[in-house]
Amino acid sequence: MNFVLVLEQTLNGLQLGVMLFLMAAGLTLVFGIMNLVNLAHGSFYMVGAYLATYFYQVTGSYWLGVLLGLAGTLAVGVAVELVALRTLYERDHLDQVLATFGLILFFNELAAMIWGRAALYTTIPEYLSGHVDLLPGLRYPLYRLVIIAVGLAVAGLLWFVVARTRLGMLVRAGASNRAMVAALGVNVRLLYTMVFGFGAALAGLAGLMAGPIHVVQPGMGELILIEVLVVIVIGGIGSIRGALAGALIVGMVDTLGRAFLKPALATVLSPTAADAAGPALASMLIYLLMAAVLALKPQGLFPARL
Amino acid sequence: MRHKTPSILMIGIAAALLAAAPAAAQQKVKIGFITTLSGPQGVIGEYMKNSVELALDHIGRKMAGLEVEVVYGDDQVKPDVGKQVAEEMMKKQQVDFVAGIIWSNVMLAVAPTVTEAGKFMIGTNAGPHELAGKMCNELFFTTSWQNDDTPEAMGKVMQDQGITDVYVMAPNYAAGKDMVNGFKRSYKGRIVDEVYTRLGQTDYQAELSQLRSKNPKAVFVFYPGGMGISFLRQYSEAGLRGQFPLYSVYTVDEISIPAVKHAALGQYETRYWSPDLKNPANQKYVSDYRKKYGKMPVFYGAQSYDGILLIDSAVRAVKGNLADKKGMVAAMKKADFASTRGKFSYNSNHFPIQNFYLLKTVTGPAGQDPVMEIQKTVFTNHRDSYAKECPMK
Repeated sequence: MNFVLVLEQTLNGLQLGVMLFLMAAGLTLVFGIMNLVNLAHGSFYMVGAYLATYFYQVTGSYWLGVLLGLAGTLAVGVAVELVALRTLYERDHLDQVLATFGLILFFNELAAMIWGRAALYTTIPEYLSGHVDLLPGLRYPLYRLVIIAVGLAVAGLLWFVVARTRLGMLVRAGASNRAMVAALGVNVRLLYTMVFGFGAALAGLAGLMAGPIHVVQPGMGELILIEVLVVIVIGGIGSIRGALAGALIVGMVDTLGRAFLKPALATVLSPTAADAAGPALASMLIYLLMAAVLALKPQGLFPARL
Repeated sequence: MRHKTPSILMIGIAAALLAAAPAAAQQKVKIGFITTLSGPQGVIGEYMKNSVELALDHIGRKMAGLEVEVVYGDDQVKPDVGKQVAEEMMKKQQVDFVAGIIWSNVMLAVAPTVTEAGKFMIGTNAGPHELAGKMCNELFFTTSWQNDDTPEAMGKVMQDQGITDVYVMAPNYAAGKDMVNGFKRSYKGRIVDEVYTRLGQTDYQAELSQLRSKNPKAVFVFYPGGMGISFLRQYSEAGLRGQFPLYSVYTVDEISIPAVKHAALGQYETRYWSPDLKNPANQKYVSDYRKKYGKMPVFYGAQSYDGILLIDSAVRAVKGNLADKKGMVAAMKKADFASTRGKFSYNSNHFPIQNFYLLKTVTGPAGQDPVMEIQKTVFTNHRDSYAKECPMK
């Protein structure tokens, strides 16, 4: 274990963290403001990946694909809110879970019908691929650096919008007291639709960035959704700061656990015991962390201020 | 006494109808084909189903003059669902044969259910070692392989090339460990590290960073399905492709190549079958498959195609008398059909004794995806390591 390797793994953790943050931001806002459990958030991740891939193939331009992918996911998000979820706000969480789980099945089958069950081939422009030597001995894929930069930029922008603009003020107000905001003459329904749409677009952004490194196929959103739910529980439901902190913590813990837990265990246990326990423990680590947070701070690390 | 006559008559009629029902069912050969048709892994099932249909086309949808009906079932990669589907096929649809099954854990649930009911189970992918050894059964045949066979072949290739310091990676579940065990049975050199990742993981960047820091001489992996697509891409993207030669089993195939394209180039795999295997049955299968479905077939499909032909050979041998199970078992043991892998024979445990080849992914025809080509034969008439535990002789 050396310094360069630790640094490289930290970058890996950061990259996973910002991806989780893009997903968690939208989900936590919807949960916090509309009190809606939206399991179909992973579907927007998939929709973003599929639309960007499709438009890239059709237009031949990567950036047009990204743009249309984002706009498309936003539109799909708004449509889902208007058609399906609007009727669910007053229902209890179990109904919401049932309905949004239905949406997952719907979107997965729809994607399979349109694009087939096989994974799609998607790529990135030449100037984004390959790797750069950050330090002697530290070679890192360029595309992953871009993901980190985009993720951090979006986090900054989101902070600015929520903390410094009128829209953000309404969002925060809506989170703490919906009835009062509505009584003051704010169109809460429109606000909900906008928040939901932008949350979907953020998930779409995560999906379209993940497309070229992971697999674009039906059901891809559910794999990441579980980790995103862990992020939200750790960070505190409804809190953007919590989503960011939770995402970075989960990204780091998961990555560093996968990388260093087995060698660390090998120093105290026999190598065979470490071989057996290391991978099992590494995959449980974020859930153990979540359990610990729930036990010590049930509201999460950064609960939304009420 | 008079009033009893009609009821006796009724019972007689009912008994006659009951006896007649199975006889009527035997106007047809009914096959229940179970695979995965939904979810991310549904793509494999699609290739298998297509190949079954192609086999039916080739035999004119008739076996020994009897019409053939295939019922498809989806196991959703779940052992309990697979078992339930098989039971329904046997009770409701009265199938004579159950075939298919991709996953070893599903197979371990389905095969005993089928053979205990006195029906044939024709496996066309999964080859768990239990079914090759202690749990072997007269009514169970497979047209694929035993799980350990393919990694054993790759281990031999690397051993023969004098490669040392191999870094091993696989998903952390039963088949992942079987594959590594098979590999270690024939590879005796040093293993730098054995890394097991979460099943279904799609981001391998952390593990690839560790791999590079260990500086091995070669890498051996088993990443089937979507995991393989992610792994191959990230391996190339991280610049490891030129640095450490990659050897794999069930990671690169005709399903993953269209999704990774050049990221698979130069990749070595071992396998019992390849589209470029030169025999008339295979050439017909590959060219007709491409004509009908517009894609390259994959080994999952070739096995399923063979499965239908195996059943056909047995039904023809007993001249359509499906009640003659003994006759059909004897016929199947001969493996008397034009297999896509060429001529092969069955071992005492009803697993094939067959050749294994080393395949390499090379550039395809201009404008098309890369293709896999046979480089050499690794094992000739290879037998699996579990047949001696099987009581059948």
